[in-house]
Amino acid sequence: MRLDCPLCGPRDLREFTPRGAAVHARRPEGETWSEAWHHHLHLRDNPAGRSEELWYHGSGCTAWLIVERDTATHEVFSVRLAAEGGA
Amino acid sequence: MRYNAFQILRHGLAGNRGWRPAWRKAEPQAAYDAVIVGGGGHGLSTAYYLAKRHGVRRVAVLEKGWIGSGNIGRNTTIVRANYGLPGNSEFYSHSLKLWEGLEQELNYNVMHSQRGLINLFHSDGQRDAYARRGNAIRNQGDDAILLDTDGVRKILPWLDFEQTRFPIYGGLYQPRGGTARHDAVAWGYARGADRLGVDLIENCEVTGIAVEAGRVTGVETTRGAIRAGKVGLAVAGRSSQVAALAGLKLPIESHVLQAFVTEGLKPVIDHVVTYGMGHFYISQSDKGGLVFGGDLDFYPSYAARGNLPMAEHVLEAGVTLMPMIGKARMLRSWGGIMDMSPDGSPVIDRAPLEGLYLNTGWCYGGFKAVPGSGDCFAHLLATDAPHPAAARLRLDRFDTGHGLMDEEGTGAQHNLH
Repeated sequence: MRLDCPLCGPRDLREFTPRGAAVHARRPEGETWSEAWHHHLHLRDNPAGRSEELWYHGSGCTAWLIVERDTATHEVFSVRLAAEGGA
Repeated sequence: MRYNAFQILRHGLAGNRGWRPAWRKAEPQAAYDAVIVGGGGHGLSTAYYLAKRHGVRRVAVLEKGWIGSGNIGRNTTIVRANYGLPGNSEFYSHSLKLWEGLEQELNYNVMHSQRGLINLFHSDGQRDAYARRGNAIRNQGDDAILLDTDGVRKILPWLDFEQTRFPIYGGLYQPRGGTARHDAVAWGYARGADRLGVDLIENCEVTGIAVEAGRVTGVETTRGAIRAGKVGLAVAGRSSQVAALAGLKLPIESHVLQAFVTEGLKPVIDHVVTYGMGHFYISQSDKGGLVFGGDLDFYPSYAARGNLPMAEHVLEAGVTLMPMIGKARMLRSWGGIMDMSPDGSPVIDRAPLEGLYLNTGWCYGGFKAVPGSGDCFAHLLATDAPHPAAARLRLDRFDTGHGLMDEEGTGAQHNLH
């Protein structure tokens, strides 16, 4: 599996760190515990198929990325910068 | 037929033509008292204990493939009870005790081998952490011995003790830890459950969960609708998909965990050894293959295969720890699908839907949990009360924050375990 970083181009998987479902990048409103935080931190759709994930290009440009990927085949559909509306 | 030496002799003399299949090919009936979804280790053991200990008469196990076709047939076969936190500690202790009587219980040779397990440590700080864990294990009533370098050297003289990066300071030794033959565990429980009247229904995928008036009343399957008083899900790897059929969202991410086997070698590694600093653990199967694995690839996956970076990392760690395996040739590798929970510990609990029960989140620990999980899940299904050994394996601990079981102390969030 290789990821096509929008800033660096196609790079080896070793340069990236996965951080799980992309929902992780979308903080709920409010700083106190709520159902929304439980959903944000714990509950997952966990699809066997098309999925949006948050990845970090730590050994490259250090950008946070939203990767659209198939969890059943490892096919990668798109890689976008989280800072530019991915998140 | 009970298996014993006399039967082997009798059938052997008759050309081995008298053996019967170990379980029936059951057809689905219209209704059961309890339906267990998932014909892996956990589902089969649950059905066995439901019938054996709770006298539940009409039980079915629904398996979408064939019995033992999931992770129970592809894992690294380690059996241990060396957890540090309440919850995991009493649960795995209970499970190990069941392992120790399992072959007599099932009248089936699961090749349970208590060859001893050694967790190596490589710094003073890690020694302190293992000393503390060892005390917790002993407080639970299980066995743990803290070995210094010489103690480990006596047992595992072939390790590279003087490596510059992670010299071996000692190990936490659990003599009762070991391995078992994974397929035989599935077959033994399948045969045992079948003998108690449980219907094992293969090639039967659950496609829907029927709910009436807020209560689960049965399942839709590829082989027709089946009514059930209670439905238990033991479908690790696919928990999220099956729970979604009932409209539930679980605190689970599915990840790939790779493992590897070399071609058969003469006996050389007669324990289970874990190398905490390099994410590597190894044992040798009775057939001779070195069986080893490492960490998750860490991205969600259902592909049942991993990528090369983690394979490379695991092999590097192995050769660093025991250079002698460098010339062993690898036979195959595979990736299992793990239910990863936020705190790295499992759930055996009622679902927030009456009549539905969850057995999920086994992370790396599913194989050794098979007897305990089945016993505790059966108890929950039969009595609607948690088994004392599994009372802390609650689903609501993530929401409430009470009773989280984060063994590594890294936090109770996804991607940290």
